Amino acid sequence: MSELRLQGIGVSRGTRIGKAFIYLTAEKEEVQAEETITEAEVADVLARVDQAKQQSFDELENIIRTVKKTVGENEASIIQAQQAFLNDPAFFPEIIKNIRVKKFTAEKSVKQVVAQFVNIFLAMKDEYLRERATDLQDLERRLLKHLNNNRAPELTDIREEVILVAKDLTPSDTVQINKEYIQAFITQIGGKQSHTAILARTMEIPAIVGMGKQVQIINQGDVLIIDGLSGICIVNPDKKTLEGYRKQIAKEQEEQANLAEYITKQARTIDGYLVEIATNIGNPEEAELALAKGAEAIGLYRTEFLFMENNHLPTEEEQYRAYRKAAETMSGKAVIIRTLDIGGDKELDYLSIPRELNPFLGYRAIRLTLDRRELFLTQLRAILRASSYGKIKIMFPMISNLQELSKAKEVLAEAKQQLSDEGIEYAKDIEIGIMIEVPSAALIADRFAKEVDFFSIGTNDLVQYTLAVDRMNEKVAYLYDYFHPAVLQLIKMTIEASKRAGKWSGMCGGMAGDPLAVPVLIGLGLDEWSMDAGSMLKIKQLITKLSKKDCEELTAELLQLGTAEEIKSRIRQFYKENKIKT
Amino acid sequence: MLTKNATIRNQEGFHARPAQKFVELASKFTAHITVKKLDGAETDGKSILGLMTLELSKGSTISIQADGVDEEKAVDSLIQLVENKFGEE
Repeated sequence: MSELRLQGIGVSRGTRIGKAFIYLTAEKEEVQAEETITEAEVADVLARVDQAKQQSFDELENIIRTVKKTVGENEASIIQAQQAFLNDPAFFPEIIKNIRVKKFTAEKSVKQVVAQFVNIFLAMKDEYLRERATDLQDLERRLLKHLNNNRAPELTDIREEVILVAKDLTPSDTVQINKEYIQAFITQIGGKQSHTAILARTMEIPAIVGMGKQVQIINQGDVLIIDGLSGICIVNPDKKTLEGYRKQIAKEQEEQANLAEYITKQARTIDGYLVEIATNIGNPEEAELALAKGAEAIGLYRTEFLFMENNHLPTEEEQYRAYRKAAETMSGKAVIIRTLDIGGDKELDYLSIPRELNPFLGYRAIRLTLDRRELFLTQLRAILRASSYGKIKIMFPMISNLQELSKAKEVLAEAKQQLSDEGIEYAKDIEIGIMIEVPSAALIADRFAKEVDFFSIGTNDLVQYTLAVDRMNEKVAYLYDYFHPAVLQLIKMTIEASKRAGKWSGMCGGMAGDPLAVPVLIGLGLDEWSMDAGSMLKIKQLITKLSKKDCEELTAELLQLGTAEEIKSRIRQFYKENKIKT
Repeated sequence: MLTKNATIRNQEGFHARPAQKFVELASKFTAHITVKKLDGAETDGKSILGLMTLELSKGSTISIQADGVDEEKAVDSLIQLVENKFGEE
């Protein structure tokens, strides 16, 4: 079979060779939700239930053998009864009838038949026989367990090195990804700044998204080459291709090793301008990885993952423990905790937020937390409590006007008052900042600068809102570009406003980790750069090779240009002139 | 078709193990086997769940009915098993 080349959007750099593992989420959820099946599904369900029966029988056989040896014949007979139930003409044939005739799912059929007998046993006078209801329930659990195991595999079941192929990965899928086994992933939908892409970069897993329907060509076990930078995926490559990519992988590993010297170095330009290199994290465990990679701060702690990993609203105590752990891990280095940024593409089942036609312009982030004051107060209390254990700063997302900021500050003041009244310690001088991600906030940044300690520019949403581009829509993803002159203008306004007020500006969006953006961001005077852990060393290396003066001159020039394309090609030329390889 | 009566003599009646022995033996025959209680309740003699749910205790009388080529041997063997307290005690 000859090799096949597919093109997608490369979102997380790195080259990998591995076996394809097809993971279909959407279809699986539908099956689980239904209680009945269609005629077409009957054969599959019967096969599944039959397999579960055989597996249960074999499992019981093993238990019986062990019990006979270790306990005794009498005790084994109780378990033998379960085996006899399985082969009983009044038991399994009834389950099959439920599936065939009533079109119940395998699970529902089993439960219904078991319940029928359990009720009979429970009504008996003979205590011994009444007890047998327990055996039936035990058998039910066994059958359901095997039925569950025979489902499409879960991400957590993966126990070998694979390249994941999926339609899309939900945030809850991505948190289940075990880096030890999942070397890379490719998805049918998504864009450069979709959450899947951001997570891939955070976890340093090579990834390609927006592959379109062509991913369906890939079969389970196909050999794949993934180049997360160019977005190329090669299915069943030839020997020659494989050889070439093996060399590329070796080169990448060497490069990584070369960058290692920057772990302990500061990001100072050749003319002495020093910036802070920080990282974005989703859970406190990542803070450790970030430190190992030389992070000087956590520029963005996305608290929504704490909310997404749970099937309930995390309690104040649960949140406090997570925030405290991050603060303690960073031991004195800043940790900027962003309050809950949910809504839009990050839904929470237990919050039952109604579906919206336009979620990115709807009920989300600060709008939601101001509306659900209790939830907001709980989170702020947890953050404040953790603030005694490190250098925590609070950041509010999606602020679009001054009233929202003052309302958020009111809730914060209330949380502080409560803790003071309860005699609980917290950092009284805790710094607060806002995300600049709505154009209206950037345009009046001078007024915000008086009210906060810092800004953090969230380029992902800022670009989406400024350019009216849905970052999840692969049809318009090409329009998404932070080098658009309008975006650069808003970033410039934000940074200048903070400097005039004696405050500072950071950036926590994808742009901060883009090698091509480094000269502009130095030129604009960005103070804190927060990015995926995997980008930090490369960015540090570039900063140390540039001069602030040169970058400022370049930036003045760039701000006169009309298109993103012109701006990018001028930066490439600038790198070439300075003999710097990106 | 052949039917014969038997009295349960073992202490436990049709608990799991006796019921299992009964089913094991009954399943060796091709004949269709039915176990009836005096009150009319009946079950498939090859169903352990059916036998247990008849709630037969010591002293109760049952009739064992078999229908098939080996019905005579089936009924006799099963009656013997019940009358012999299922080979226990």
